[in-house]
Amino acid sequence: MSKLVKNLKEAITLCGLKDGMTISFHHHLRNGDYVLNAVVDEIAAMGIKDINLHASSLFDIHLPVIEHIKNGVITGIETDYISTGVGKQLSQGILKNPIIFRTHGGRPADIISGRSHIDVAFVAAPSSDKMGNITGKNGKSACGSLGYAFADAMCADKVVVVTDNIVDYPMYDYSIPETNIDYVVNVDKIGNPSGIVSGTTKITRDPVGLVMADYAAKVIKASSLLKDGFSFQTGAGGASLAAAKYLKDIMLAEKITGSYCMGGITGYMVDMLNCGCFESLMDVQCFDLDAVNSLRTNPKHKEVSAEHYASPDVKSNLVNSLDVVILGATEIDTDFNVNVHTDSSGCIMGGSGGHSDAAAGAKLTMIIAPLVRARVSVITDRVTCISTPGNTVDVLVTQRGIAINPLRTELRDRLKDAGLPVVDIFDLKKKADSICGEAKIERAKGKVIANVLYRDASLIDTIRMI
Amino acid sequence: MKINEKAAAGTMESSDIYIEVAPGSGGIDIQIDSVVSDRFETSIRNTITEVLSEFGVKDAKIMVNDRGALDCTIRARMETALKRASNGGI
Repeated sequence: MSKLVKNLKEAITLCGLKDGMTISFHHHLRNGDYVLNAVVDEIAAMGIKDINLHASSLFDIHLPVIEHIKNGVITGIETDYISTGVGKQLSQGILKNPIIFRTHGGRPADIISGRSHIDVAFVAAPSSDKMGNITGKNGKSACGSLGYAFADAMCADKVVVVTDNIVDYPMYDYSIPETNIDYVVNVDKIGNPSGIVSGTTKITRDPVGLVMADYAAKVIKASSLLKDGFSFQTGAGGASLAAAKYLKDIMLAEKITGSYCMGGITGYMVDMLNCGCFESLMDVQCFDLDAVNSLRTNPKHKEVSAEHYASPDVKSNLVNSLDVVILGATEIDTDFNVNVHTDSSGCIMGGSGGHSDAAAGAKLTMIIAPLVRARVSVITDRVTCISTPGNTVDVLVTQRGIAINPLRTELRDRLKDAGLPVVDIFDLKKKADSICGEAKIERAKGKVIANVLYRDASLIDTIRMI
Repeated sequence: MKINEKAAAGTMESSDIYIEVAPGSGGIDIQIDSVVSDRFETSIRNTITEVLSEFGVKDAKIMVNDRGALDCTIRARMETALKRASNGGI
């Protein structure tokens, strides 16, 4: 027996895909993904319409989807993140139904609980055998972890594996087993390797970023959390990586061994593992080739599902055991609510990803952002969109000072005692406003184009047409 | 100040501004393209107009491509562009 079928068209036909159904994709091939476009093109060619696109993230490589939205093939989108180019188009209100935004933890929770149903999941797989045992660790399009694909493969009515590397049966070091898979399609290329490991995975050289990173590492040191067993998540932004580097220097100097490091994994995290700063890496997504190679070869570098990473429905998850997370923000308000979904004009340019999950779980949630970006203050009276609620955010680090959530008095005292430049967030906002000048701020008043769901599936905010 | 020739100052880097100044056709014409136009277009126009009047310029075409420059940057770029465009003339 073999689950191999001739091509995508045959797989789609065998799955019984019809108008109005939901198809899903994972985003481990990031901005190098060829699979989503190929499937949607094929669906359009087959004359199927009114499809709900359920993708863990959308990148600018998926811009061809915009045409399929305009011609009625795609009428709904459910996702955790939308990159700038696609977001700009969708902010014009071209999609028939409002977008549903979830978090990386809320998505698997909703899929597994049945709150969000998937008819057909298309799982891009850098390696598969003929029965659909798959992994992302090997093959010419290797992407490392397949963490976001687990819930889709487990729960969709039909699951199609799309691969460009068929290996002998059985693939013994699979990530997702054949038990979930209906069909396997072998194509020329599932992605472009240079786009798969794209992203902002370089340490910043910007002096402002380096000041913030230095403060961030000192905040962690002063927090009392930095001791043996320490657990840590950081993003792949330049300043977050610089903070990780400074943290590494402190951990090596003080001979501190942490328990695990998590999040999108980069070569810098791999380096910290190999230097003995951490016992393990828990990897829901690889951001670069060093991370992919480490996941393949180092047993201390472990692939985890999005459910294990951050689902609020499970008995325990990794974000809830986090000590410290460093996160970014496009805006933060004086109540510490954070926006990562839109820019300051309300145009979609991101999404929570794991932002609100890690913020809710970690003992210390730190936002780092420059106080002013291109004449726009990062601090507002009220963020354009609440992605992460202020009661889960503890510290804002800027180059002009560190603001502490007033709920965290003990932390404020610790940071003051350590000689860090602690300031009131209202004073920090005044400083930013005096630099930028008086702005005329108008909120988007168009129809609601996106509903933003918090990790527990409740509606936390909406986004309007520009 | 008389604008004798076309000249420019600034860059297209984030937080900077690129300003082109050219001889006008009997008056002041300012065109503004800005990444923060929703917040600061009026403010940018006022600043440009102020610098023009400080230098006594009455006939010029100004093309502005703003990448989120602060007010002090706009003034500095504008002043430089005007001095270059006047080519030493008063």
